[in-house]
Amino acid sequence: MDLRIADIAASTAEREAVDAYLDPRVGAARGGWDGGERNIETDGRVARGGHEARSHRDLLLPALHALQDRVGWISPGAVAHIARRLTVPPAEIFGVASFYALLSTTERPPAAVHVCDDMACRLAGAEDICRRLEAALGPAGHPNPGEERAWHRSPCLGQCERAPAALFTIAGTPPVRVSTGPIDAPEILARLDDGLRTRADLEALEGPIGTAATPERLERLRRLAPQAGQSGLRLLARVGRVDPTSLADYLANGGYRALGEAVAAGPEHVIAEVIAAEVLGRGGAAFPTGRKWAAARAAEARPKSIVCNADEAEPGTFKDRAILEEDPFALVEAMTIAAFAVGAERGFLYLRGEYPLAEARMLNAIDRAREKGLLGRNILNADLAFDIEIRRGGGAYIAGEETALFESIEGDRPEPRSKPPFPVEVGLFGKPTVINNVETLANLPHILLDGASAYAALGTPGSRGSKLFSLSGHVARPGVYEVPFGTRLGDLIELAGGVRRGHQVKVVNLGGAAGSFVGPDRLHMPLTYEHAKAEGVTIGAGAVVVFDETTDVLDILRRIAEFFRDESCGQCVPCRVGTVRQEELLARLIANRPRGTVADELALLDELGRAMRDASICGLGQTANAAVASGLRVGGLLP
Amino acid sequence: MSEQLPPQGVRLDSGEFTGIDPRIFTTSPARSPQIPTAPRARAGGTVEMTIDGTPVTVPGDFTILEACRAQGVDIPTLCTLSTLTPEGVCRMCVVDTGSRALTPSCSARVGQGMTVWTDNERVRHSRKLVLELLASSVDVDLAGPELPDGSIARYMAEYGADPARFGPPSAPAPAGARDAAEAGHHSAPDGSVAERVAQPVKVDNPLFVRDYAKCILCYKCVEACGSDAQNTFAISVAGRGFAARVSTEFDVGLAESACVFCGNCINVCPTGALMFRSEYELRQAGEWRDEDQSVTRTICPYCGVGCTLELHVQDNRIVKVLSPLDAQVTSGNLCVKGRFGFDFVQVRAKGSDREA
Repeated sequence: MDLRIADIAASTAEREAVDAYLDPRVGAARGGWDGGERNIETDGRVARGGHEARSHRDLLLPALHALQDRVGWISPGAVAHIARRLTVPPAEIFGVASFYALLSTTERPPAAVHVCDDMACRLAGAEDICRRLEAALGPAGHPNPGEERAWHRSPCLGQCERAPAALFTIAGTPPVRVSTGPIDAPEILARLDDGLRTRADLEALEGPIGTAATPERLERLRRLAPQAGQSGLRLLARVGRVDPTSLADYLANGGYRALGEAVAAGPEHVIAEVIAAEVLGRGGAAFPTGRKWAAARAAEARPKSIVCNADEAEPGTFKDRAILEEDPFALVEAMTIAAFAVGAERGFLYLRGEYPLAEARMLNAIDRAREKGLLGRNILNADLAFDIEIRRGGGAYIAGEETALFESIEGDRPEPRSKPPFPVEVGLFGKPTVINNVETLANLPHILLDGASAYAALGTPGSRGSKLFSLSGHVARPGVYEVPFGTRLGDLIELAGGVRRGHQVKVVNLGGAAGSFVGPDRLHMPLTYEHAKAEGVTIGAGAVVVFDETTDVLDILRRIAEFFRDESCGQCVPCRVGTVRQEELLARLIANRPRGTVADELALLDELGRAMRDASICGLGQTANAAVASGLRVGGLLP
Repeated sequence: MSEQLPPQGVRLDSGEFTGIDPRIFTTSPARSPQIPTAPRARAGGTVEMTIDGTPVTVPGDFTILEACRAQGVDIPTLCTLSTLTPEGVCRMCVVDTGSRALTPSCSARVGQGMTVWTDNERVRHSRKLVLELLASSVDVDLAGPELPDGSIARYMAEYGADPARFGPPSAPAPAGARDAAEAGHHSAPDGSVAERVAQPVKVDNPLFVRDYAKCILCYKCVEACGSDAQNTFAISVAGRGFAARVSTEFDVGLAESACVFCGNCINVCPTGALMFRSEYELRQAGEWRDEDQSVTRTICPYCGVGCTLELHVQDNRIVKVLSPLDAQVTSGNLCVKGRFGFDFVQVRAKGSDREA
């Protein structure tokens, strides 16, 4: 590949940031440029490392993260440097960098805060924070001249149990990345003012490892998983009971027994058990996990991959965070079991960029497991070689779509692929791949240890086992709750302390932005995939956002419409333009300035919704109208 | 693309050069530019399927689109092209195969026992909305299914598309505004106008212009510039959502980019967003007249590869050069010389009525 790369020098800091990441991974190969030997006599140039560098395209996104973390933006000189190192065209690097909201292709101050303005945070005063920050710093993303602090609006940060939340990103060495909450505008400004103090304070508060059982940590845990420590839990059994950084603690609490069982029984047995347990994928699509595994095992191409989808970006959803932060070894073990079952050699954990604590905990867990031979070659002295790499997302909801996630790992723009072919045949790097949600994987050890029939005894015939729900909004004790499938929606809300005294449920969002709204008449509904389907709603990944009668539901719907427009990848017409037209139409309804009558507008919205559902490439466009349409219907919001 | 060649080539009406047989510029009917090829190997035999209720047998590696077109079923397309990898992004070609969502016929393969409906209410509805969404956001005046020929207007009429349903058009964005858009939150609209991609034309070189107000983001230019043809990679899709756009790195001008000015992107652009500067300037002056143009097929005079050129001539001047996609040698691709190096043809001797 012959590339033309602009002759713009990267700064020392930029070069160091990129090289520190790439050198250990690409080795001496420095691309077709720096690596070429020049032979003046023959006017030839022997390029070494070109092919090898090109084969590392998948290091592009991590290299961009390294730049963003160190210098706070991706400059033309830095792009030229990466282009030379990885032999990737500069235009394509720009195409990738400009896709992600957490990467900036224009110069911005190194200290930035990303303020969540989605459902739970809106109810907790996010707009007020935004107004104050705008008054102090200038418009979002466009700081006043001379201002050294930037603020941005962010989609759901997955911290809904402690709304309003914010993500700090302070570039430097080392960089600060902390998601925290609840927080107000004065505290945000104070922390941005003093990056170093903020770094020390926030890291003491949130990690990166922070395992000491300080009152702050226990308070955090009680907020995240209010059931922590109770008996009878499966998925949350260890949360709050073990030190999430200690492999010894994990082993002392039942860790790696399931992998031992799996290795003793053989891969066919594991897959048979997963099929018999009838476990359905917990990421929202509810696809039978066993069928996925069996198909991947049957696929002939090598090498196969296990990908854990930890890009938990559905607004109102933070249940995977509880496992990632508080029981990270369970995920390492579960991915290893999956690898053993389907014959995979490589593992990738794709983790959303807004979860820095989860990233630190997972990195630690993978390193500790590798130290003890639980990752690598001959795991448990079996014919099992497997390792896991973490890939950090860059602020793109669509990257949670499984094929977009593959594109993201491969170093391309995270645009969903057309299916078929399905990932079990043509997945990551074009090879057979099993991609499972965090919670789905967390079920595996229980299936293997208790047996499929004991596992399936919990729940209902159509929805086996238990489910994690993320409760937020107008409930007394928001947090992650584990309940058996079949629990009624009203009982789940009661478990979270119910709505505030003297208030009533107005609407409930099930499944987040891609989900739908139900009214208080559905509180009796058992939470199962089959009941949801019969009611024409979805439980998705288990977001439950409760709104009481004080809520301006139209404002919530407008924000959801805005969210889909922001997060559409832009590839296909129905979604790229349809989400814009939907937001405009909703704005007209809210301003009470319909084109024609309100009925005309609702009919047009329905037509739009049908085309987006029928003709969009992926689930984002196909569901972009569901919450808005159901919210308008259920809320009885229009004259 | 015009398959009908004019019977006569360019007429040289200068008295100076009467000694040259003008037929030198015409395509000899006796010798096709096509080199015969072996029939395409068909793996997997044939499959039986039903298209609009009619049972048919088609080769097993056909796309649904190929199968339908082989039966004479018209399916509108915008982003697919015979020489490029199907992207399946415009969603005009969707058909109903009974699955939860509609299927893009350009990229989906046929299957044994498949039932395809190409024109039912569900399909027509989605196509109509796709046309309305495109036409309400993009200038599609010149757009056709393949090269710009305005035939999207025919589909608009056929499907009853009314883009005005979404409101009056927004004002054009200032130059550079769309290129500066960052991913994430945008400023909330009030709904009084339908936002468009309208923006000033990018005129940054003497050879061709980029009018992204006409861009439907079909990805064809990116594919032609990249691994489907030229392997130059000067452009990529940047940004996301409605702010997604075709761009060089950091929107640098084409001369500073990796662009080699082969113009193969112009050759595949279905909407006229990429246009010869000569055509653009004639259109700006109101002097572009399709009906007065002849198209002459000839062979590029520069090197020995022998690329087929299609000279578009108006008023005895070459106004643009395309290359037929079915040309065997380079499948419609040219280099900068064949595409743009035609000025010498138009140098007239002193005293002729059209001096250079």
